[in-house]
Amino acid sequence: MNELTGTGRLVRLILRRDRFLMPLWVLSLGLIPISYVASINELFPTAAGRQGYATASANNAGFVALYGPLNGSGLGELVAWRAGFIPVMIGLFSILTVIRHTRTEEEAGRRELLGATVAGRHAGLAAALVATFVACLVLGTVLALGMIGQGLPAAGSWAFGVEFAATGWMFAAVAAVAAQLTSGAGGARGIAIITLGAAYVLRVVGDINGLTDGPLSGLTWLSPIGWAQRISPYADERWWITAPAVGFTAVFALVAVALSARRDVGAGILPPRLGPAWGATWLRSPLALAWRLHRGLLAGWIAGFAVLGVVLGYLAAGVGDLVRDNQQMRDILARLGGAAGLIDDYLAGMMGLFGLIAAGYAIQATLRLRGEETSGHAEPVLGTAVGRFRWAGGHLVFSLLGPAAALAAAGIAMGLTHGLNTGDVGHELPRILAGAMVQLPAVWILAAITIALSGLLPRLAAVSWGALAICLLFGMVGTALQFDQRVLDLSPFTHLPRIPGGRFSAVPLLWLSAIAVSLAAAGLAGLRRRDLPIT
Amino acid sequence: MTDAVSVAGLVKTFGSTRALDGLDLVVRTGEVHGFLGPNGAGKSTMIRVLLGMMRADAGTARLLGGDPWADATALHRRLAYVPGDVTLWPNLSGGEVIDLLGRMRGGLDKRRRADLLDRFDLDPRKKGRAYSKGNRQKVALVAALASDVELLLLDEPTSGLDPLMEEVFRDTIREEQRRGDRTVLLSSHILAEVEALCDRLTIIRDGRAVESGTLADLRHLTRTSIQAELAGPPDGLADLPGVHDLRTENGQVRFDVDTAALDTALRHLTAVGVRGLVSRPPTLEELFLRHYHRNGPATENDAQVSR
Repeated sequence: MNELTGTGRLVRLILRRDRFLMPLWVLSLGLIPISYVASINELFPTAAGRQGYATASANNAGFVALYGPLNGSGLGELVAWRAGFIPVMIGLFSILTVIRHTRTEEEAGRRELLGATVAGRHAGLAAALVATFVACLVLGTVLALGMIGQGLPAAGSWAFGVEFAATGWMFAAVAAVAAQLTSGAGGARGIAIITLGAAYVLRVVGDINGLTDGPLSGLTWLSPIGWAQRISPYADERWWITAPAVGFTAVFALVAVALSARRDVGAGILPPRLGPAWGATWLRSPLALAWRLHRGLLAGWIAGFAVLGVVLGYLAAGVGDLVRDNQQMRDILARLGGAAGLIDDYLAGMMGLFGLIAAGYAIQATLRLRGEETSGHAEPVLGTAVGRFRWAGGHLVFSLLGPAAALAAAGIAMGLTHGLNTGDVGHELPRILAGAMVQLPAVWILAAITIALSGLLPRLAAVSWGALAICLLFGMVGTALQFDQRVLDLSPFTHLPRIPGGRFSAVPLLWLSAIAVSLAAAGLAGLRRRDLPIT
Repeated sequence: MTDAVSVAGLVKTFGSTRALDGLDLVVRTGEVHGFLGPNGAGKSTMIRVLLGMMRADAGTARLLGGDPWADATALHRRLAYVPGDVTLWPNLSGGEVIDLLGRMRGGLDKRRRADLLDRFDLDPRKKGRAYSKGNRQKVALVAALASDVELLLLDEPTSGLDPLMEEVFRDTIREEQRRGDRTVLLSSHILAEVEALCDRLTIIRDGRAVESGTLADLRHLTRTSIQAELAGPPDGLADLPGVHDLRTENGQVRFDVDTAALDTALRHLTAVGVRGLVSRPPTLEELFLRHYHRNGPATENDAQVSR
């Protein structure tokens, strides 16, 4: 086993490097479902109330798409169902962690440094997998213990934990394979995340089709996310599903090892392509460079938003069908936002979700600026006749307009799909698109916070993710946890008009834009005055 | 003609570290100036100040007659820079990087670009992530050298190049030198390179210039090593002022002598009778090492050498 020599030490190195990030992911993802217990108890204190909510939700295509199928009306079932999107986040965590400690290390040349010490050929890969497996296991344990602490049945709570941990394991193994394929970390990350997205889409299509016993319902069983959910915590747990999940993990991990053994350090299985010997004539400015660096990301986000827009738009009409049939449901759903404007409420709610996700893109694109600085890429550019504003401006065009393009794609896709469903594109498209575009000022605030930090406190630039996490927390569980309105007002998303359905008001949008402009201006002023690079 | 670079009393601190501690540096227009110092001496910080990327805490810096911070963009049209640690965008090809940097600087000479690619034996089609350290260095060098600029700021440009490519680099710099209108500031810790290329040089240590001048000037400030076979015992030689480290083995004497005392020492030797004589000027290594032994004999010289 000397191919694995040194794995233990490398695991410790990973834990040392991720000592803040990893606990943050593990605790937040493990503890969020626990907050749902209180929120569901609060909204539906009686069994009858829960029953009604469950019946309504179980047949609601939008909810089933987002969270998966609902197996019963018990508190445990409802919580596990409500947490149905979190496995996707866990998969993302696993992918990012594994790639970060395998291909990223290799691309940066650090694997070579470690590989030359007493560390076996597969030690780096094994260490990344072991660390991620352990993190997922801890996450599952935190969740199970938390749920038991809330008085839920132990068996179901452990099954819930296993569902989460198993999803993390499977995507860790998928990422391990992806890390062997390309020589660049970005490409490997893209392949793994596309796999995650495909697994999610398979589950959505399968589950929605399952509502009507359609022919595609089997697709869920092709999706690792779908499998893990079929463990069905709190509802006759199917423990046996753990076995194929572990098997899947083992097979992918072994494939990764086999691929890793067949290639050279630094190389990928897919051959690297040659680029042009000459720069295209348009490649002559910081903006052109930024386009080269951002276009892949931009295309990915636009495509992802468009696909999600089509799926969520397709589901919108179903939200209304449900209510038309059933008086009792109408009453219950009225408590969730008003039966009359139910579809509008759903659309506006989804737009809020798009806004929060788009803010993630805005932060990611803005942080490229810091990435360029710390990686040393900015230095040769600033050594030419390019001032700091022009250099920063090239990137900021993408961090401000990129999310606008992605939101527009989501709005158009959703508006068209829903419009074709209802037969009134002319009515639906503009108002749904408007619902997407009103998110922009709030998205820009997050981008502007990142710019301000990059200019004034560059080493803390990544703290902007924390700001987004707070907005997410407020947006998703803030009302349920009964936060004070003054606290909720801290999130720019709280101030956005709910479109379609709600009343449009330009005042908050103008205020938010003005705040964004001031923050960005402060950041740029700082960027102009400070030393560069600060690493 | 004004100096291409003139820096006086420059101070730059990072927290409690003084990266530059009253640095003086003058690079005359048209010369190749060696900027010598060990790792961490402040070479890169100095160059970043000259590029307007960092602002000095005290002292003055002039670059091509302008203020490196306030006039950065305008000045950068007239210079090209090769960073010490070249990192390339992983998904851009070498050729794209060369053209992009050249164009953002205000254009580059296509013939010269092709010629340099050929001489440095560089494939411009490879993506940034596929280049080795040496090849990344070559990309930055070609981008800089293919631009028609007045000043080249090269921060350890040959680290990572193989000896063959180092020779190509030297030839290229010599051609620049012959043209006479280009100024080169070459930071390095490779002594042979500086010795081979530079008209003048500045040695820095701990953020301060400890020596500056032509190689001949600097040699003048130090000692010559003498090895002689004598007809008789070298009585009294050890007592002469300026003679150091005298050793006698099998009738051979070896000693180091200050340049000022060379004449007296040689007279003393010929008076005894010389059968064989080897005189060796100090190498740059010796100059260099004398200044870098932090607690060594360097300190006594620090005071006398600034010029």
